[in-house]
Amino acid sequence: MTLSNLFKSFLLVILTSLSFNAVFANEGHKEEKEFNVGEMIMHHIKDAHEWHLFGPEHGGTSIYLPVILVDGGLKTFSSSNFYHGEKDSVLAENSKDYIHYMRGTGPAEGYALFHEKIYKTEEGKLHFEDGHPHNAKPLDFSITKNVLSLFFGAILILVIMFSIAGFYKKNGAVAPKGIAKFLEPIIIMVRDDIAKANIDKHKYKKYVPYLLTIFFFIWLNNMLGLVPFLPGGANLTGNITVTFFLACCTLIVTLFSANGNYWKHIFATPGVPIPLLVIMIPIEIVGIFTKPFALMVRLFANITAGHIIILALISIIFINKNVAWGGLSVPMALFISVLELLVAFLQAFLFSMLSALFIGAAVEEAHH
Amino acid sequence: MDLILPDLGLLFWTALVFCILLFLLAKFAWKPILSAVNAREQKITEALELAEKTRSEMQALQAENDKILKEARAERDNILKEAKESANQMIEAAKSKSKLEADKIVESARHTINSEKAAAMAELKTHVAALSLEIAEKVIRGELASDEKQKALADKLVGDINMN
Repeated sequence: MTLSNLFKSFLLVILTSLSFNAVFANEGHKEEKEFNVGEMIMHHIKDAHEWHLFGPEHGGTSIYLPVILVDGGLKTFSSSNFYHGEKDSVLAENSKDYIHYMRGTGPAEGYALFHEKIYKTEEGKLHFEDGHPHNAKPLDFSITKNVLSLFFGAILILVIMFSIAGFYKKNGAVAPKGIAKFLEPIIIMVRDDIAKANIDKHKYKKYVPYLLTIFFFIWLNNMLGLVPFLPGGANLTGNITVTFFLACCTLIVTLFSANGNYWKHIFATPGVPIPLLVIMIPIEIVGIFTKPFALMVRLFANITAGHIIILALISIIFINKNVAWGGLSVPMALFISVLELLVAFLQAFLFSMLSALFIGAAVEEAHH
Repeated sequence: MDLILPDLGLLFWTALVFCILLFLLAKFAWKPILSAVNAREQKITEALELAEKTRSEMQALQAENDKILKEARAERDNILKEAKESANQMIEAAKSKSKLEADKIVESARHTINSEKAAAMAELKTHVAALSLEIAEKVIRGELASDEKQKALADKLVGDINMN
């Protein structure tokens, strides 16, 4: 399969999965608001129930994503019921500012959207305390921007890897061509430099599929996050939930493959006097969790920081309200974008490398 | 704050998608890809080993050939030397034999010549003796043909005897 064919099939998949929800709205929006960089950036790096394409923040062209709530039964409706619902605002307690939120209409009746979180309304209102609503939240399984980006990334990986697998199935063990030629060295790098280098050479084979999946999942989604328009732009791998899940996977794989030697090092570290074990055991137990915790934070912080820097650099133009500032901000953003391409690879590499290291330590045999 | 708090919905979808992805990739992508890559690596390793083996075999063969060639050359030299020697020997033998023969021939020739010569001498002596007798007879006959002559001779002989 050629690259252009692949690209066409991606487009097709994306179009068919989105078209049912693509409602384009162009409402007039007269209200001129002071440009708030922090708010804009935070809005971009967080999850959302709409996929904003272009135009002003409210009333621009967006794809409204389906909302799925579990609240005494399954409730599904389009998020346009929020974005096109009733806008409400309450006066914040300790300031003169108004807090804006959106009350759902139609099927979304009884719910309100505040900072992309869905709350149940009480008597049609949200009740704020310290700027946070105190209303109950329904279980929200919505197809958000990140979820859609996740689907797209997963499909992209599947299409690419299946086409490579198809190539080998068709041609047997020959020199790779096309996309297989490009990705094979990376697959071999994961196998040799990540798995084989860190895990016992008799045991590493079992973990190669996991490490390959985690590597390509992170790498591809990192790069998709750098694409500023559909289907990229979601801050998926910079979302703490995703990195939390990936770190949990590594923790679970590590713990389930750990052998007696590993546990012995935690509960009875060889060469440590018995009284000291009182201190050592808690430290070692905490150590089990700090490793994946560091994985989680590292990926989250790196990717989110990259998004923030690029957005901040682009914002220079809007803060100064002069397009000439583009002469400064565009080259800088370009530079950071290229750097982020490197970071995208590096973080994927680091995550899988450290995962392999932890697994390798867990399956290591005693050699004293 | 919610930037660093996990979200249940996204966690659910991430877990679901990642597990499906892991399953599908492991079964339908990584397995065939890795096995193909391994098979190819195996093939390349084997091919390299075979090439190495063939090369060493070729080298051994070459060495063997060289050895054989060297041996053949030595043998040829040997044979040539021997042939030359035997030829020389034969020539020498023939030479000496022919010399011997020649000497013998010369010897016998000389012998023959000597004996012939002796025979010839003997014959010549007889001839000369006969001739001398004939001449003496003739002379004597002439001398004694007349009385004067006989007288003169007698005189002479007498004279000779007297002188003694």
